[in-house]
Amino acid sequence: MARLIRPGPLHLPFEWLVALRFLREGRMQTFLILAGVTGGVAVVIFLTQLINQLQGTIIDKVLGSQAHVVIKPLDDLTRRALPADAPVAATVQPRAQRLRPLDQWEAVARLAEATPNVVAVSPVASGPAFAIRGGANKSVALIGMIPEQYRRVVKMDDYMTQGRFDVSGTNALIGVDLAKDLGVGLGDKLRVLAADGRDETLTVTGLFDMGSRDINRRWVFITLKLAQTLLDLPGSVSNIDLTVTDIFVADQVAARLGNQTGLTVESWMLTNSGLLTALTNQSVSNNLIRTFVILIVALGISSVLVVSVVQKQKEIGILRAMGTSRQRILTVFLLQGGIVGAIGSVAGTALAFGLLHLFSHIYKAPDGSQLFSAQLDPMLALAACGLATAVGVAAAALPARRASRLDPVQAIRV
Amino acid sequence: MTPDTTATADAGAPILELRGIRKSYGIGTPVETEVLHGIDLTLGEHEFVALTGPSGSGKSTLLNLIGLLETPTQGALRIAGDETTVLDDAALTRLRGRAIGFVFQFHHLLPAFSALENVMMPAIIHQGIATDEATARAEELLAAVGLAGAGHKKPGELSGGMQQRVAIARALSTHPRLLLADEPTGNLDTKTADDIFELMRHFNREQGSACLIVTHDPRLAARCDRVIELVDGRLTA
Repeated sequence: MARLIRPGPLHLPFEWLVALRFLREGRMQTFLILAGVTGGVAVVIFLTQLINQLQGTIIDKVLGSQAHVVIKPLDDLTRRALPADAPVAATVQPRAQRLRPLDQWEAVARLAEATPNVVAVSPVASGPAFAIRGGANKSVALIGMIPEQYRRVVKMDDYMTQGRFDVSGTNALIGVDLAKDLGVGLGDKLRVLAADGRDETLTVTGLFDMGSRDINRRWVFITLKLAQTLLDLPGSVSNIDLTVTDIFVADQVAARLGNQTGLTVESWMLTNSGLLTALTNQSVSNNLIRTFVILIVALGISSVLVVSVVQKQKEIGILRAMGTSRQRILTVFLLQGGIVGAIGSVAGTALAFGLLHLFSHIYKAPDGSQLFSAQLDPMLALAACGLATAVGVAAAALPARRASRLDPVQAIRV
Repeated sequence: MTPDTTATADAGAPILELRGIRKSYGIGTPVETEVLHGIDLTLGEHEFVALTGPSGSGKSTLLNLIGLLETPTQGALRIAGDETTVLDDAALTRLRGRAIGFVFQFHHLLPAFSALENVMMPAIIHQGIATDEATARAEELLAAVGLAGAGHKKPGELSGGMQQRVAIARALSTHPRLLLADEPTGNLDTKTADDIFELMRHFNREQGSACLIVTHDPRLAARCDRVIELVDGRLTA
């Protein structure tokens, strides 16, 4: 006898066979909940990818030229010599802050290096000076550092427009704007004059552009040794710059080091509190939107499946009469939620990718460069698909429980 | 008052044995009603028995109890010698799937599945997955009910008589030892009803499944091995 039909799905386990067939039978309902999941997943992925990329760009731009954590000496404070409880009429003036060395800086640097999450440590001696060439003089900030350590804190190699980020002897690196103001180029000499008349003639061996005019005009990189001499910090440094693994643990690292050393330890989060607030607000609103989208998708799946259970009462009753256990009826409906979640999330990922592609072409930075790329983080896509499938199963829990508890006699009688 | 029908059951070892079965609804409420008042019934292997009685006499309830879809309030119910009143829902479901085949009045096929798939469904439920053996058995059964070419059709594409044939084929899919039919010819014309009845008789002879058929039709009842009548929750014949 000829085989009448040999459809593939028949070789699926019972639960899958029935779940898929029920979904296929409820065309309009299945289409609607698939559309819901697709839209929801697309919004979640698109928003997350967009905000992650934009935040990444902002953080790179702002934090690229500064240390995540800076260790500095304590400020000089004025103490009252009189007993605190005695009634005294006095004006307490804050002290002028002189350039102070960081006591025991080698020990502090070693401690910082051993601190969890710290990836780079760079001692810096910085202070004010004048750059003089011919009749022009400009106020500058001397930054004395050890290049191989400093470049691990600030990606200086990326900012160099001419020359290499490397100094030795009396060589110096200056910003492109200072070079223009003083009319110097590579190989030209430049005299710097620090406090108390200490001066030195430097040779310009490199120009940098750090994206901030103020920095390009003021910063002069020299060797740590030379800076110590010019700034009268013999063998010492003014601060230690740190880089941490995750920028959002910077404040924890700072707090820990502050407690351990008793020094002033500031994280970027303190010095850029405005940026931090903006980033946090963006993340909070993104999470809020994502939570509500997921909730709405879950409610959609739930309500459609509840209707489906009512419509399929008789079939459930027949299956139960033929020997299907409650547990398997439960599984059939949980699977329906999971299948809808999985298929919808794959479609949603594709849609999100399309949206990213489209928007990356529509919205561009003023200079014509892309604000964000159409790249999709595979881990994010995978996580979103996993989450959508789990939400599908969870949303099906209530309808599935209802289906499994149907009394077969009542259900068939409908 | 209630004659013991055991004396007339002589067609082999009992596949079904009911002792003092009582069923009440709304227990503990003011509307508590007893539908079955102590049923004693024995069905031998290979027996073909008609269950008749006026509407409201409790036929459907009795059939649901025997089909393990409901549990009796009191009494003993043994299937192939095993006491069922002590089993939990999961065990009852397993036994139902293994030992009992149902033919309902309104066929109750699964509209989402083809005729062949409907016939295979009890075997798929039992084994968890469709096997070649189950497919072959289903094709064989469809051919036996005269629907060799209709396996791919959905129930909605078949006439009432054809649907009931598919339902009979489905009920026999797992070689059940007991076939329960609730007015299987109730909504069919006389000619088709005769065909369906003959089909069930045929399988009763060929496969040896004991049959208990609820029917209103005295003509069909007369063609059974034995007729039992249920009146007001008691067996009278």
